[in-house]
Amino acid sequence: MNRSLVVGLAITLLVAAMALLSFVWTPYDATAIDIPAKLLGPTAAHWLGTDHFGRDILSMIMVGSRNSIAVALVAVGIGAGIGIPLGLLAAMRGGWLDEMLMRLQDLVFAFPALITAIMITAISGPGAFNAIVAIGIFNIPVFARVARGAALSVWSRQFILAARALGKSESRIITDHVLPNITDLLTVQITIQFALGILAEAGLSYLGLGAPPPDPSWGRMLFEAQTMIGLAPHMALFPGLAIVVTVLGLNLLGDGLRDVLDPKR
Amino acid sequence: MPLMSFYILKRLAIGLATLLVASIVVFTVLEILPGDPARLMLGLGASEDAVAALRDQMGLNQPLIMRYLSWAGHLLMGDFGRSYTYAVPVKELIAERIAVSFPLASMALLLSTAIAIPVGLFAAARRGRTADLGIMSVTQLGLAIPNFWFALLLVYVFAVSLRLLPAGGFPGWSAGIGPALKALLLPAIALALPQAAILSRVTRSALIETLSEDYIRTARAKGLSRAAVLFHHALRNAMIPVLTILGLQFSFLLAGTIIIENVFYLPGLGRLIFQAITQRDLIVVESVIMVLVAAIILINLIVDLAYALVDPRLDGPR
Repeated sequence: MNRSLVVGLAITLLVAAMALLSFVWTPYDATAIDIPAKLLGPTAAHWLGTDHFGRDILSMIMVGSRNSIAVALVAVGIGAGIGIPLGLLAAMRGGWLDEMLMRLQDLVFAFPALITAIMITAISGPGAFNAIVAIGIFNIPVFARVARGAALSVWSRQFILAARALGKSESRIITDHVLPNITDLLTVQITIQFALGILAEAGLSYLGLGAPPPDPSWGRMLFEAQTMIGLAPHMALFPGLAIVVTVLGLNLLGDGLRDVLDPKR
Repeated sequence: MPLMSFYILKRLAIGLATLLVASIVVFTVLEILPGDPARLMLGLGASEDAVAALRDQMGLNQPLIMRYLSWAGHLLMGDFGRSYTYAVPVKELIAERIAVSFPLASMALLLSTAIAIPVGLFAAARRGRTADLGIMSVTQLGLAIPNFWFALLLVYVFAVSLRLLPAGGFPGWSAGIGPALKALLLPAIALALPQAAILSRVTRSALIETLSEDYIRTARAKGLSRAAVLFHHALRNAMIPVLTILGLQFSFLLAGTIIIENVFYLPGLGRLIFQAITQRDLIVVESVIMVLVAAIILINLIVDLAYALVDPRLDGPR
């Protein structure tokens, strides 16, 4: 039994369960303002304390997890959905397509998600959509490169030659033979990019480039905690821990999957 | 060496082409997509006359290609235009802010390299033992920590509780090197430590890979000590992947600088760009983005060239 895999999977499932639970139950309404109960430290009534508006921090973290997960999920979907076909095509065709893909990668890497998000925000104002697009675009060349590298090594194998000799079309070879053989690598990459997506979303919403208030998001909770850091350090502590635990869980899951799926390492 | 110069020329050409395309992307996104930049800058309540006057002043009535060429031409000569809100040349604004951002990024880079290489070296030398496992666990944690949250924790411990260092703000270089560096210390640490976690993992795995090579066994067999082999043979060869990651990480470091400047209220490029966004000063936003993108492309070019110097086998990196 791989320890990273078990611990990572457990944490990831726990976070996912917390996000799902928040749809039906949170200890308090995450947006309900209760000024008399403001800035409370952790108590029996408010396990993780309250913020400067008296909102329950545990409830906000629970609801905020939906935002983090949704943004990271869609961004990874964009990256994988566009990047993987591009990479597969480049591996199959090579030549100018391959060269173009490499140059596209150079270009996208010159625009970190933060800079893309700033550009979109400058022209259309803040919103979760900006974060999704910015992180998604940055993910495209990442998936394209992984898919290309993995597919290249599969294309040189004997069974591809056999499939070709049987007269299978290139697209059939990709879906029947190439894709199933690189799913493991892609799965590992998906968990890694998912973790990076959670981190990126937190950074963007901290800067006010993510989902606008009143919907809670982990990044903005940290932004609001900043001015209160002397009075109420717990406001900064818990949302940060939520990010760390989630990202750690996904990274461990990725490491574990890699060890299990690729015994060579 | 014809092969070497061909490689350098090719990387140079790719770098320039990327910069050209990047400038077209920035221009397109910020000048064409928003519809009317003049209206965007003046806000919804602006009168038609004011918008028309600003359009004229900004040269928006010229054909697109002419606008791009004139913009790019001025950029090349270092003329970024005039800031709409600050009423000074954008070039001056940027120069002033780079004097904060660049030292901050450099300090963070130095600090993370200075931590990561010895730590990676130590972990690789102790591979599989308790020290290695401990270091790997700590770096695993480091990978999961957002730098701005780490910055908040540092502020709480060193500024709020211990009152050792300033919680934010920048006295300016005119206040002397000491106070200025002191103001940059916490931000640099906040940037450097998560970065060092990645870098020490890369250093460790690159070293472990190198240590399994035949020439390492040969060096040990001819009687060299473990330490000598580690430092003289393995480290140099392991530097190639480390250098590559360092280049890739630079763009994250720049992005991190933008975030961290906002945590510590440092008057760098990151603060400038956010102030410009709230004030709808598109010319400033556009110029800072071009400067950042150009810096990333330049650093990656330098890494590619450094690659050539470290690894003389130039048959085909990539």
